[in-house]
This record gives sequence, C-alpha cells and structure tokens, in this order.
Amino acid sequence: MRAIKSYSLRRSVVPAALLVLAACGGKPGGDTPARYGIGRAATSQEIAAIDIDVGPDGAGLPAGKGSVSDGATIYATKCAQCHGPKGEGMPPAYPAIVGRDSAGEKFGFAKDAKIAKTIGNYWSNATTLFDYIRRAMPHTAPGSLTNDEVYALTAHLLSANGLLPATAVLDSASLMQVKMPAAGHFVPDDRRGGGTVR
Amino acid sequence: MTDPEQKDGAALTRRDLLLGAAVAGGAALVGLPAVARSQAQALAHVVPPLVPIPEDATKLLGAPTSPVGTRSRFVTASRTPTGEVTGTSFTPLQDLTGTITPSDLHFERHHAGIPLLDPARHTLTVHGMVERPMSFTVEDLRRFPQVTRVYFVECSGNGRGAYRDPKPDLTPQKIAGMTSNSEWTGVRVADIMKEAGARSEAQWFLAEGGDACLLARSIPMPKAYDDALVVWAQNGEPLRPEQGYPMRLLLPGYEGNANVKWLRRLEVGMRPWMTRWETAKYTDPLPGGIARQFSFEMDAKSVITSPCAPRTITKGWNPISGLAWSGRGRIAKVEVSTDNGKNWHEAELQGPSLPKAHVRFAYMWEWKGREQVLLSRATDETGYVQPTRAKLIEVRGKGTDYHFNPIYGWRVAADGAITFHGES
Repeated sequence: MRAIKSYSLRRSVVPAALLVLAACGGKPGGDTPARYGIGRAATSQEIAAIDIDVGPDGAGLPAGKGSVSDGATIYATKCAQCHGPKGEGMPPAYPAIVGRDSAGEKFGFAKDAKIAKTIGNYWSNATTLFDYIRRAMPHTAPGSLTNDEVYALTAHLLSANGLLPATAVLDSASLMQVKMPAAGHFVPDDRRGGGTVR
Repeated sequence: MTDPEQKDGAALTRRDLLLGAAVAGGAALVGLPAVARSQAQALAHVVPPLVPIPEDATKLLGAPTSPVGTRSRFVTASRTPTGEVTGTSFTPLQDLTGTITPSDLHFERHHAGIPLLDPARHTLTVHGMVERPMSFTVEDLRRFPQVTRVYFVECSGNGRGAYRDPKPDLTPQKIAGMTSNSEWTGVRVADIMKEAGARSEAQWFLAEGGDACLLARSIPMPKAYDDALVVWAQNGEPLRPEQGYPMRLLLPGYEGNANVKWLRRLEVGMRPWMTRWETAKYTDPLPGGIARQFSFEMDAKSVITSPCAPRTITKGWNPISGLAWSGRGRIAKVEVSTDNGKNWHEAELQGPSLPKAHVRFAYMWEWKGREQVLLSRATDETGYVQPTRAKLIEVRGKGTDYHFNPIYGWRVAADGAITFHGES
C-alpha cells in the first residue's frame, strides 16, 4: 500500500518539474543559439599588425634579407651582453646558444643535463630562430628590430653554429634551405596513462 | 639546460627585509633605496602600522573595517621570488591546507616579466582558418555562457631540483611548489571557436600572450572542443596580474606554459607552428637520442606536505597529509608508506576528487620515536601509478628536462627532525 502511494507521488512530481523547466526556456541554463553575436569583426589591418608568427613551412616569413656579417655587428651591440661575445652564454641565467660539441651531436641530453642545448644541436627548425628573435629579442627591447636585422641575426647565429657560410646572405628562400642537425630527433608524446611509465 | 625554473627558491632579499621592517614600523623609511621607499609608502595604506600585542584582547577595542583584508601578522606564508623578470616563485605548499591555493600565493613563472595590460584596450583576436575573424574584450567574453571549474596548473619543470639533485634540506615548496590549484571562471574555447566559425578540418591553434616575449604555443584542436577555457577570474575575483590579467588560456591537465597568460591571439591552422617554447624549450630529452615533443599532460603525482622538512615532529598521533593530482583525470587512490615503501596503506581522500585538480589526502599515524621514512604514492583513474625516481631515471634519463613526478619521501629521525629523502 505504502509503495504504491509513493510511486503515485513520484508520477505527479516529475511532470510538474518538467513544466517548470519548460517555462524557463527549455533546459537549465537557457537556450543555445548557433552563435551568440558577441564580439566584433577583426579587420585585416588589425590582424596583420599582430599576426607575426612564422611556420615551419616558411608561412609568415616576411620580405627582406640580412648578411652574416651584418648580423655579427648587430649581435655584438644588442645581444652579446647576455649571450656572450661568441654565444657561449653566461650560465646559469643565460645558457649557451652556440656550440656543436660531440655530446650534443649525439643528442645525449637525457644522460647529461650539463650538455648545453644550442641552436646547432637542439633547435629543429631554422624558422623558429627567426620567429623567436622577432617576437622576443632583444630581451629588454623586444620588437625593436627590423625584418632585415632579424634575417641578419638569424644568419649570424646559424653561421656561428656552422650551419651557414660566413659570406651568406639570408632571405626567406635561403632560410628554408638550412638543414638543422636536431631535425628528426623529436618524437610525439607516447604517454597515455594506464599501467605503463614512459 | 639551465633555466630559472631550476632554482629552488631564494631567501628574502635584503630589500625585502628592509621593506618589511619599514612597513612594519610604519616609519623609518630613511636610508632605503628610492624604489623601496616608494613601495613602502604605497603599501602604508593597506598595511597598518603594527600595534603592540595586547595582554588581553578582550579588554581593548579591535581594529576597524578595511577595504581589503590582509593576513594576520602571525602568518608568514610566502612565495620565493628570485627578483628576476624571467624567474619563478614557488607556492608554500607546507603552509596551506585544503586544496585551493590563495591567489596571491599561486606559483609564478614568467618569461619576460608581468605586463601591465589595460582591460579596456586588451582584446583577444581569433583568426586563421575561421569563417569570421573576431575580436573580443573581457566584457565581451563575460556575455558567453560562463564556466567555473577547479583545476590545478603545474609547471612542467616542477621538481627538477629534487629529481636531479635530492638534498636533505628540500621542503614541499622546493620539491613541488610549482603547482597551484584554483577555481577558475571563464568561457569555453569551443564557444569562441564556434562564434568565429573555426573550420572543421583545422588541426591546431596557436595561443599567443601579450607579454614582452609574446609567448606562443601550438595546441591540438581537440583540446579546444574538450575542456579548454579562456578564463578571466580566479577564486572569485579577476585574475591576478601574475596569473594573466585580464585573460588567460586554461588547459586543464596540461603543462603550465601552455596555459598562455595575458592571452591576445588565437590563430586556427593545420599544423603546429614550432615556436621556440615547443621545440628548443619545453621538450623532454629521452634515452636513445630522442626528445619528446608536445608532452602536454602532467602525470599523476602526490606530495606529503605535513609532516615535512625542516620541521620536527612529536611522539604520538599525527596526520600525514598532502596533495595529489593528475593531468589525466581524477585521483583514484593515494597510498602512504611509513616504512620507506615496504608496506602501503590507503589514505583518505578528503572532499571530492575532481578531475585535473588537487585533492587532499590524509592518513593518521602514531609515531613512536623510531627513524622512519614516509612516502606517498598516487594512482589516477587511468590506472597510472606514480613511479619511483629510479624508474623515471630508467625510462627518461637523469638529464631529462621536464615532467618529474617521482614518489617523494621524508625521513623522520629518532629525535623527530625531518629531512627530505630523495632515493625512494
């Protein structure tokens, strides 16, 4: 008797709850339109002003060029105080960015944390160098370099790492020809949780 | 590679001490450097001069109300700033209880300092493979459906010092203080992508910050449609400047640097951009001449925050208490050992175990005055068990650069003194 009564109570309560929800707009929290119509259109000029990234396929590389020798001059003036005259760095705050020693060539970084990760032994894409210098360097005056200066610094650092002749002039086409020793050493994440520690 | 994340905190600087003394005294600013003097003066309105501690506080009227509260003068919990703009500052895990990290003690990691961004001028621009390139202010974002969730954020370099060079004087703050846990409020990245009309074939998006290095990371598009958020609030108030004010990306379970702060741009595309941070920086060298890339998820981890070094313990019953978390979901179980791993006992999980969030564990223990080593070991809902340091070194090498989640230990000496035990 009691069980039946309780069942009939539930039957009457549930439709009432649904009616309340329906009155509020169909579901808890309101409706979901295809779009909310929030924000405004970004103009192509606005986007161009901040769309500075360079991709590994060269997308985004600007016009311009710079020589290894011009890059060396800029480096001495604007970079050497932190990264060292020859890119040897000032560890621990500023690690080396130039160097191709044998341990690094063997990519033995997991064995020995003391092996410096330089442009020559650990950077997989030359485009990254251009992108990073342009967006973040010099540390105390980011965004102050012209595209030609960024090409020149990129050329100098590639040359210092033995990846470009000292007489080279770098532009978007020749940057894409540079072969980085670290390319091919990087693998996707194979960790998936579960019972295996990787 | 050496970088600021490797520094396991730093002592107070002389300036901090002078400043503290000046503020505490409410005077005596003479002799301070100009910057410290102006900071002390700026703080004077929020930090009242100290009054003598009354013998009986019930016999003296107390302080009046104030616009912004401050901690009790008896509470000294603090981060560990290094004084460098590219530096780190660790959360004092041993001084905290529960699971929420007070916003002003959330760990810090900046690559080019904390930018001063005017929310009236700051916008988030969404472009690339979208039907409608869009621009949103914080006020715009607040009109989308709001989401409030509790998630941890952990720097992938958290624990490097203890992994590579375990020393007896390490504390919870030093071995694990680059994780913090907050209630975040924001909008789903999925809703932003829908509003801009992101194309269905897109595979990645670039997230870029508006700081002085324009920090940028490529994120797989499925994360945008899973649980990614753009947040503007933390623990009930707008984000702290050092946590990305006025808006940041929040990628639950992903390594800290991918949670781009001061977010200014999302570009939708087909392939990763190979930024410096995802190639030369936040990659993990492994044995065999390879390095793991786009290693976003933080492995399950736990740390005992009490008892811990450099404290001492007294005989009798004591709670063993700490935090556990996993970037892959909920913590299923935390076990505690009081005999250096010979026997394990399941600890109590206090409160709900939320996905990708800190959960506190506790285990009551009677210390009888013997030397003992206390360990904790987390298991997450995927079945992943926090490994030993030896196991991690075996599979990743001692020189690997990020993602350190070994079982940690505290050695209790017969006299009750506690030191870090790194060889679990």
